[in-house]
Amino acid sequence: MDLSLSPEYEAFRDEVAQLLVDNRDKAPTQADRGMKNQRRRNWQKWLIENGLAARTIPKAYGGYGAEPDILKSRIIAEEFARTGLPKGIANQGVSMLVPTLLELGTEEQKQAYIRPTLHGEMIWCQGYSEPGAGSDLAALTTKGEIDGDDYVINGQKIWTSTAKQADMIFCLVRTEPEAKKHHGISYLIFSMDTPGIEVRPLVDMTMNANFNEVFFTDVRVPRHQIVGAPGQGWQVANATLTHERGMLGDPNAAKTRLLAIADLMQKETVNGERLIDNPVFRDRLVALQARVYAMQANGLRVMSHRIKGESAGMAGLIIKLQGCELNHELARLAIDAMGEFGLLYGDTPYLRDFGEWQAKYMYDLGLIIGGGTAQIQKNIVSERGLAMPREPRPAVA
Amino acid sequence: MEFGLSDDQRMFQDSIKGYLESAAALDTVRSVADGDLDKGCEISAGLSDLGVGQVLVPEGYNGLGLGLLDAALIQEALGAAVAPVDHMATAMAIIGIEAAGTEAEKAEWLPKIAASQVRMGVAVTEHVGAREGAGVSAADGKLSGKSLFAMETQNATHVLVADTEGRLYIAEHSDAVARTPHLTIDRTRDLAELVFASAPATNLSGENRPGFAADRVVEAGRLLLAADTLGAAQAMLDKAVAYAKERKQFNRVIGSFQSVKHLCAEMAAQLEPARALVWHAAHAVDENMDEAAMMVCLAKSHLSDVGTFIARTSTEVHGGMGFTDLVGLHYWFKRIGANRQLLGGPEAIREDAARLQGWA
Repeated sequence: MDLSLSPEYEAFRDEVAQLLVDNRDKAPTQADRGMKNQRRRNWQKWLIENGLAARTIPKAYGGYGAEPDILKSRIIAEEFARTGLPKGIANQGVSMLVPTLLELGTEEQKQAYIRPTLHGEMIWCQGYSEPGAGSDLAALTTKGEIDGDDYVINGQKIWTSTAKQADMIFCLVRTEPEAKKHHGISYLIFSMDTPGIEVRPLVDMTMNANFNEVFFTDVRVPRHQIVGAPGQGWQVANATLTHERGMLGDPNAAKTRLLAIADLMQKETVNGERLIDNPVFRDRLVALQARVYAMQANGLRVMSHRIKGESAGMAGLIIKLQGCELNHELARLAIDAMGEFGLLYGDTPYLRDFGEWQAKYMYDLGLIIGGGTAQIQKNIVSERGLAMPREPRPAVA
Repeated sequence: MEFGLSDDQRMFQDSIKGYLESAAALDTVRSVADGDLDKGCEISAGLSDLGVGQVLVPEGYNGLGLGLLDAALIQEALGAAVAPVDHMATAMAIIGIEAAGTEAEKAEWLPKIAASQVRMGVAVTEHVGAREGAGVSAADGKLSGKSLFAMETQNATHVLVADTEGRLYIAEHSDAVARTPHLTIDRTRDLAELVFASAPATNLSGENRPGFAADRVVEAGRLLLAADTLGAAQAMLDKAVAYAKERKQFNRVIGSFQSVKHLCAEMAAQLEPARALVWHAAHAVDENMDEAAMMVCLAKSHLSDVGTFIARTSTEVHGGMGFTDLVGLHYWFKRIGANRQLLGGPEAIREDAARLQGWA
């Protein structure tokens, strides 16, 4: 056990902190909205040039080109949190498509897509889930039939976030109908401006359209717009699903949320008594605090394994399951402690924290379901972590 | 930066686990629980040979000079085996003497403890919460009064006692100390009521202001109870998984049913981060970190809750067999249950954590 950093890393931290402080005025503010805002793009360009975003992506593809170093990445993340300055872009293109292309894309694809994606000039959405293919993603039926040099795509995707803003989509399509379920899928990338694509916003329980449905009618995509070989799409997609699960359940987000609730409970009063003076709410707060600290310590443990290039085993497998549930329960406490004020949602007087606790409570339920449901996560934990047998598959009729 | 155990720590823990596998098998645990106390002493002697009693004693006093994290790893192994042996009280007493003793007192007591010439029990319950008018007071170098739930006093030559003001004393386990064992659910643990009748005692005369050293002793005890639960809960999870992979119903092993698998997954998902919390809290104590006291409270209260969940869920996965004496799973169930109550239940300890942060 040694939680200290060597002088080399302490010096790196000072360097990052200074760089951020000196360039604070370049950062976009709340007023700079939208994924394509110019000030945001300029900030992203500056971050990449200084090694604060796209740090380990090769220079030839528009990144900074540093050697991977998990501790340095963590220091950068902590300094962003400390200064409150916006981090580099972490949309689905940057976090999911770029790693996929780096691993499995052709040289042409890398040249064409990575640089604009990293710089926020090309926005991507992910076309995976379908109405009939959720947890059983490989049951997807959106089909791509070969016609000359094109695939002709017909079908429907759902839970597609940022489809309205996206320039491009990375999409799983069944191209080999004769092959077995997992071997008939291809990973295609194409423009959202292609004729035959219709995007319909999907309003969720938060009353916002965080997701969309995407309909394809005779959408023609050139056959070379494929990543990996035809029928290899399942393997290509799995290379990036692991990245997504790492993003959900981040313990630092839970810590930030805990501190905000502790703050709220010390400020708000009922009958002149602070919420935190209610022993029941206080007990719930400390019980959740213990879970937040446990997840944080677990995160440090996982990171130590990754630094050494080892698998974190069970400590890594449980993060999505535990982290999302914990965030959800934290929001629940904030709502409960506020009593009737906790109901307020929308532009009304007496609203606290912009109504974010109700929004989080509902949105987090979506996260418990999305990115691999809690039940799928439990299958993973028991099968991969505890080596328990798979549910026997019913015989195919 | 390295969050994890060192190779030395892992090897030390493995050697203890290996020893307990043969020396404290379930049959042996049963005999000790049924009253064959000599068998418990035999296990303890073997642990002493492995250096267990020297872990927390500084090198200058013939100890190994290791930390609370190392002691916690031992306790985890003891919990995993539901070993009916003394360890906690020794560790707590060493920490108490280190905190409250003068150099001369440390030089007098610590080498003897390291050599097992002096075997320590502890009587500090009243520093956590006094019941039924219990409490020990000191006058003219003698202790009088009563302490409930003293730990590991059966084989002790001396007892570390906290008086009603929170000062620490070392009492000889003489005829002036009357001991009545408690019958609790957990027969692998030595808990007793001690009545002191002008019992000769040494008032530790270093940094022994009220509450200061006694708090450190309770803190160490709570952390070790959390570690004991960690070990016992992991053992219960392992047993549930092994049983589910073996037991067949409907022509399938029950571990292939998602209803059973998901219970196991929930146990694992709760326990794994709890392990990191115990390590972190022990390390925080060893490194004198500002948050140490608070983190120990979080570790003890959280492990109590996670342990309780696993104790009942593992029993449930075992079906009817889990409920029998034959399988003996109840020894782990009861050990976790005892750990939960000792030195403060989760609600009481969370209130301590709240106080430490100015929330109460």
